[in-house]
Amino acid sequence: MLEQYLSLAVKAIFVENMALAFFLGMCSFLACSKKVDTALGLGFAVIFVSTVTVPANNLIYNYLLKEGALSWVSPSFATTDLSFLGFLTYIGTIAAMVQIVEMTLDRFFPALYGALGVFLPLIAVNCAILGASLFMVERDYTLGESAVFGLGSGIGFFLAIGSLAAIREKLRYSNVPAGLRGLGLTFILTGLMAIGFMAFSGIAL
Amino acid sequence: MQFSVRYIVLFSAAICVACAILVSSSAVSLYDMQQSNFAEFKQKNVLEAAGFIKPGEVVDPAKIEQMMSRVRPCLIDTKTGEIIGGDDGHAAAFDQQKAKRDPTTSFPVDKNAARVKRVPNRAQIFEVLAEDGSVEMVVLPVEGYGLWSTLLGFIALDAADLTTVRGLTFYDHKETPGLGGEVDNPRWKSLWPGRRVFGDDGSVAIEVIKGPAGPVADDPYRVDGLAGATITARGVSNMLLFWLGQEGFGPFLEKYATRIGAKEAA
Amino acid sequence: MADKKSEIVLDPLFNNNPIALQVLGICSALAVTTKLETTAVMCLAVIGVLVASNVTVSLLRNHIPPSIRIIVQLTVIASLVIITDQILKAYVYDISRQISVYVGLIITNCIIMGRAEAFAMQNGPVMSMLDGLGNGLGYSVILLGTGFLRELFGAGKIFGQTVLPLVTEGGWYVPNGLMVLSPGAFFIIGLFIWAIRTWKPAQIEED
Repeated sequence: MLEQYLSLAVKAIFVENMALAFFLGMCSFLACSKKVDTALGLGFAVIFVSTVTVPANNLIYNYLLKEGALSWVSPSFATTDLSFLGFLTYIGTIAAMVQIVEMTLDRFFPALYGALGVFLPLIAVNCAILGASLFMVERDYTLGESAVFGLGSGIGFFLAIGSLAAIREKLRYSNVPAGLRGLGLTFILTGLMAIGFMAFSGIAL
Repeated sequence: MQFSVRYIVLFSAAICVACAILVSSSAVSLYDMQQSNFAEFKQKNVLEAAGFIKPGEVVDPAKIEQMMSRVRPCLIDTKTGEIIGGDDGHAAAFDQQKAKRDPTTSFPVDKNAARVKRVPNRAQIFEVLAEDGSVEMVVLPVEGYGLWSTLLGFIALDAADLTTVRGLTFYDHKETPGLGGEVDNPRWKSLWPGRRVFGDDGSVAIEVIKGPAGPVADDPYRVDGLAGATITARGVSNMLLFWLGQEGFGPFLEKYATRIGAKEAA
Repeated sequence: MADKKSEIVLDPLFNNNPIALQVLGICSALAVTTKLETTAVMCLAVIGVLVASNVTVSLLRNHIPPSIRIIVQLTVIASLVIITDQILKAYVYDISRQISVYVGLIITNCIIMGRAEAFAMQNGPVMSMLDGLGNGLGYSVILLGTGFLRELFGAGKIFGQTVLPLVTEGGWYVPNGLMVLSPGAFFIIGLFIWAIRTWKPAQIEED
């Protein structure tokens, strides 16, 4: 059991890295990776939010949306299939969770809130988070699995954006052709990092 | 501009209702069309495995319907291998993926190389009829894990011996394009017809090897590997091993062989 | 006035491109560009959602309470995306299967949120529609360019029609495997940005 969770986590962090294998959350990945500090801040916020939202969406899917999921309300709903409302409810949950997390942090952990503050609202539209929920549905994860998957995919994103920011900080000392400076080079860098991460592909755990 | 709490609540309620109505009405009104697309897609794949249409060929729905008149879907009991309801209408609407997910209509299997976790109690197979109405080949659904995710496909076996492959096709996979993704390359698929899945001792013998295999006549149990996609190729071997074995369609194929044999004798 | 309108539509094509300059909407740009066909469908879907969401948000802009602004925008966008997804499933089933999850991810495509927030909240519906159209086209220019190069060099085809006959099928062209893999898309977009910025040096970033 534990072994299964562990292998799922490793898979979510490395083999199926949200940023470098599926290219989700790219906008903030490219835009917020100029400095290591901000990158790590955003990374932490992603870990936090995806660990909370993936299991939450799992519950919503299994008890509200899935075909026959409503049968606990009344047997007559046994064939009701609301899964077409998926996107709408997942994004709603994510937006609401981000708000709740923001308020809780503000109230109880002001220091952490100070550090993450700016990034939390950004996360509502980070496709890595929505992507994690969609993959969870597609792959039929259980509640436990989806918690591990949410955590793992968050950590994977954190690692990826942290290392990209580190490379970009170093690059400031290099002589880059003017037109390629900034965004252009970041794209090419991400491509190279993705090739590196392809080494993990197909590792069966 | 200031907004009262009352206004905010009413406004969000109104937005929710408006959006819900829009979304639901589009989903409901397009439902039939999506279902028929889905059914047509499945039929096309069965026909492709049977070699009636070429991969990627655009066929108009009327022609598909006409060709489907030669295809008879049957539900079978996977454990016993018995054919359940030959009545076409009922069998055609079967959704095997759904049956597989639901614990009440499927059973778990031991850890296997194809990484199949559950097998549905009932599976849908297709009998392809010859012009004279006798069964020409049997199309079986297969699935198994490749490199990235599960590959879904159909394999067509000749009804005469239930071991000669007539065709193989994959309709859903996420393998690396250009490498493992070549499983749906028509050229690679064309290597399959004529190969034999069962060895002389009755066990599954077909295998996708690394590197090139010989022509069908000399090398009936082996198929060319996919360059740069060892894991996908192994996945294909494993999936055939599982689905043609005792946990998959083994019981069905045995019963079916005697059934066809009996018919021929009579 | 006419000048301003055409400016709104044409500006995002090269001068203020959503992908190359505003860093918006990149995720979906990469996954769907292996073939021109899927790319074109994705572009149409994004343009459709973008125009519709800009118009809707713009019509509602004086009625949306600021405190729930973001979630209202998200709801509108998500509904439009679901409808688009349903339409794709009904009319172009094959293609919708290939771009499955990425249609859903249009919701979090920051171009749409970004334009709703930055433009549609301040401008009238006609202007917002044009802005949506312009940004959608800007997105499509980059995507179609990438899709064209990836399909041509990765598979020797354009819109599924063989242009460079492959070695494996008896031709002479050895396909470039890098192009079909996602990193290929990054390289192409990186080079695109380089090209645009060499052409329009004002966009060069100070590091």
